[in-house]
Amino acid sequence: MKFSENWLRELVDIKADRAQLAHALTMAGLEVEELTPLGESLDGVVVAEIVSAEKHPEADRLKVCKVDAGQGEPLTIVCGAPNARVGIRVPLATVGANLPGGIAIKAAKLRGVESFGMLCSAKELGIDADASGLLELPLDAPVGQPLASYLGLPDASIELKLTPNRPDCLGLVGLAHDVAALFGSRVKAGAQAPVAVASEARRGIRLEAGKDAPRYLGRVVEGIDPAARTPLWLAERLRRAGLRPISAVVDITNYVMLELGQPMHAFDNGKLDGDIVVRHARAGETLKLLDGSEAALDEGFVLIADEQKPLAVAGVMGGFDSRVTDATHDIFFEAAHFAPAAIMGRARKLGLHTDASHRFERGVDPELPRRALERATELLLAIAGGKAGPVLVAENLADLPQPAPVTLRRARLARVLGVDVADAEVARIFTALGMQVETLAEGWRITAPSSRFDIEREEDLVEEVARIFGYDHIPTATPAGALALAAEPEARIGELALREQLAARGYFEAVNLSFVANELLAQWGLAGQGVPLANPLSVDLAVMRPSLLPGLVEALRHNRARQQERVRLFEVARVFAAGNPPIETPSLAIAACGTARAEQWGEPSRALDFFDLKGDLDALLAWGGEPQRWSVHADGLPAWLHPGRGARLARDGATVGYIGALHPQLAKVLDLGPDVHVLELALEPLLARRLPKAQPVARFPSVRRDIAVEVPEGVAWARIGEVVRDSLGTVLQELRLFDRYSGKGVEAGRKSLAMGLILQDASRTLTDDDADRWVRQAIAALEQTCQAKLRG
Amino acid sequence: MEDLDSRAQNALADIDKAATLEALDALRVALLGKSGIVTAALKTLGSLPPEEKKTRGAEVNRVKERLADALAARKAVLEQAELDRRLASETIDISLPGRDGERGGIHPIARALERIAAIFARLGYQRADGPEIEDDWHNFEALNFPPHHPARAMHDTFYFGDGRLLRTHTSPVQIRSMKGRQPPIRIIAPGKVYRSDSDQTHSPMFHQIEGLLVDETSSFADLKGTLAEFIRAFFERDFEMRFRPSYFPFTEPSAEVDIRWETRDGESRWLEVLGCGMVHPNVLANCGIDPERYTGFAFGLGVERFAMLRYGVTDLRAFFENDLRFLKQFA
Repeated sequence: MKFSENWLRELVDIKADRAQLAHALTMAGLEVEELTPLGESLDGVVVAEIVSAEKHPEADRLKVCKVDAGQGEPLTIVCGAPNARVGIRVPLATVGANLPGGIAIKAAKLRGVESFGMLCSAKELGIDADASGLLELPLDAPVGQPLASYLGLPDASIELKLTPNRPDCLGLVGLAHDVAALFGSRVKAGAQAPVAVASEARRGIRLEAGKDAPRYLGRVVEGIDPAARTPLWLAERLRRAGLRPISAVVDITNYVMLELGQPMHAFDNGKLDGDIVVRHARAGETLKLLDGSEAALDEGFVLIADEQKPLAVAGVMGGFDSRVTDATHDIFFEAAHFAPAAIMGRARKLGLHTDASHRFERGVDPELPRRALERATELLLAIAGGKAGPVLVAENLADLPQPAPVTLRRARLARVLGVDVADAEVARIFTALGMQVETLAEGWRITAPSSRFDIEREEDLVEEVARIFGYDHIPTATPAGALALAAEPEARIGELALREQLAARGYFEAVNLSFVANELLAQWGLAGQGVPLANPLSVDLAVMRPSLLPGLVEALRHNRARQQERVRLFEVARVFAAGNPPIETPSLAIAACGTARAEQWGEPSRALDFFDLKGDLDALLAWGGEPQRWSVHADGLPAWLHPGRGARLARDGATVGYIGALHPQLAKVLDLGPDVHVLELALEPLLARRLPKAQPVARFPSVRRDIAVEVPEGVAWARIGEVVRDSLGTVLQELRLFDRYSGKGVEAGRKSLAMGLILQDASRTLTDDDADRWVRQAIAALEQTCQAKLRG
Repeated sequence: MEDLDSRAQNALADIDKAATLEALDALRVALLGKSGIVTAALKTLGSLPPEEKKTRGAEVNRVKERLADALAARKAVLEQAELDRRLASETIDISLPGRDGERGGIHPIARALERIAAIFARLGYQRADGPEIEDDWHNFEALNFPPHHPARAMHDTFYFGDGRLLRTHTSPVQIRSMKGRQPPIRIIAPGKVYRSDSDQTHSPMFHQIEGLLVDETSSFADLKGTLAEFIRAFFERDFEMRFRPSYFPFTEPSAEVDIRWETRDGESRWLEVLGCGMVHPNVLANCGIDPERYTGFAFGLGVERFAMLRYGVTDLRAFFENDLRFLKQFA
């Protein structure tokens, strides 16, 4: 809602300057979003008429004008504006004037011709953005009058960011009521006197849309002057409210809408056939609208029609064919009440948002149509003449909203706000807001004016008191009340701790958007997974990601492309899968590339490999305290993993994630090398943690025996460990792999594994013989199951 | 006797001149060893008369002690020199970088979010959560947004084919937390939210934190006090603050909270940082809580805004670019 400050001040006395007014509005919940001062420093700018305009002898684009500024002798002014011509009246900044933006006007020679001032555009004067040419004033503008007084300047354009519950402030009179309550003054605009009816021109009105359109007022005005021009004062008010003047009739309806908040429409009466019919649209019905677009309608729309054809989409926009043109002599004015529910979402469905729909979907005072109709007629008669017919009324009173009284309890008010507001102050606030107040023993019974749709229940009244009383006057307190101390599960690692842990291991946390492109998913072999949006912002943001990795690897690429060779990133977020309801799984992903260690001086550098990343994973699993519940599997890998350098991760046998090198083909598509390794894991299993249960420490010493065995390449270390553990049982405390070798000295296709067995008996000290016997037993088991050979 | 004394004088000079521990040890053997001069002198004592034996013996012992002391002193000096040499040879350039000393870092959004959640945890607020893919009832209807209401248009919503949507705020967690339980309730619900809006100052995905307190005594004054304390705790300083009337369908009275923020050029302006209000009775009733018996307040804040203010980030988009040169500033 944008309006002229001077206009508001004309409607209500405001004993405050501009800044105080803006602050008061904001603090009453009518937030001032923008405040633009208009027409400051216009001293020395006067109305002038161009009496002659000759081409400049030295410059094609300049004209040498003689200008009458009411000072006797015409002044010579050199001007470059394209619309400078004889006969127009325009603003002249005389010598000595200081225009907004710091332009000081002096006498100057322009290409050899002396010029005594400057003819101005609206922009140069700081009153409008229009810089296309000189601001052309009406031809009756008094020559020599200071422009500021002629235009009613200075002024300010104030734009409010109104919340949807305050449609009553979408008209200046409604806003004036709030301002009056804030400043303890009164609204000046009173009841609208009816205009004298001078014709019997009528038109029937039939309401056929039930409670969606319970009131429709119309009036025929015959014989207006189609060439009538909008007076300057009215055009200026529209302009300062952000509306372009269009034509006298349209400007009048817009003016009334701004003043009262009631959207109106004017039809060319000559284009209407028979009665006005207010009905629901029929499926498939279409209407060409004022903006030239074709509206495809259905039964959800309320239509203003005549007996032959649709005329306007109710509460949204008028039709093209019945519009007022410069050939229109007879007008049919419409001022109606439509139920908010009948208008909500309709404009949006047509891809529109109009001043009318904005107001009707929030709610317009049902008592306004008559006042608006009289006001518009009054203005029309004054500006364009004509003879007004009688006010035509069709209404279903039963379907109109009935203001019901609401009770506010004194105790409730004090409890919700945490402060006692004096009774007299409460009564003053409601009265000032135009509400009827009846005092009860327990509080007040309030009847709101018909404009205040938002007053429906006690809390609405609490809010009104708080708002006008001032939030600043409510004290601050500390909540008391019962406090239940929640038990923090110890058997779960906190997400913050996990993040800190990863950061301590050199990883940076990334945050990617949850949406990814289908194309990217296809590159990863994940096409069709995730959950597609019905209305994505773009194809790049079309699907809720089924995996964190495509986005995270994109972030890795972003950094690679910026001279970051070594990248360590992780992300903690949800991944999505279709379902009813869709499945959201909090997950951890890691993407890493570059050297294993940051560049350093002490040791040879090498590229990151699978076991670097696995080491980080092992550390996380060890943290949970139950690494034995986890297993890695070489089968069942997703398409994006290197089939020989990737693993499926399982906890208690259930797959919960993957780790490994990117598949070389994917890496090639993404223009990445073989050093990129990734991990993705469901978060919950990773965060599960064993609550420690202490065991006594063994009292007998342990014995270590080292062995080296040769086995075929295909035998996994996990298998060796399993066999050794199975054969030794509880006597094996720990099994450590300390070397892995293949090459010279080892048969082709085989590898040598050297391991340390740490043995311990709970009940006695093991002798050397005991230890040797256990080791032989383990070797025998390996020979039997893994084609192992003991190495010398 | 003069012989022993003069030899001892010479020996003392030799001890001082001994350059190595080996040379010193050779001297020790020559002086105090089995066939050393002191031992030889002691051996001659037996043939002396008792009186002379006593005086002579004492003199020999004095010489022996002087020599032993000199040897020990010289040994200490040589050992110290030896140690100094070794230490000098072992000296390293302590300014070389240590191994594996680098660390990563937490994302600034997570950092701010966790800081906020921790402040409220100290006030007894429990963490709560809900799905990001929500249904209309939890995201709008239960929060008192009627269908097609213009307040919905303030939330540019992403939809799915089945009518579900991406939550536009963390407020549905209020509903999920209140459903099926009774006050006292104090929850804090951080998480990702989505609006179909993307430009320099809007990201289609961002982070919010929702707070909710419901009990038998809470008031707007308590809400003001709680948020003032929170702002002070988060920024570690006091701010001029104002509560401005506003509108959210699920709270009434509602407010937006501004703080007075100094810009770099020394100017200051009001900056909106929070939305809040008293929980609307309809919302309590929708969750099976008696609005006559209980009142509550709720607040919501944008984590990105707090992270930008706290850490001086000026471009919202930097949060989602994941550029290491940006992230490393938050290690």
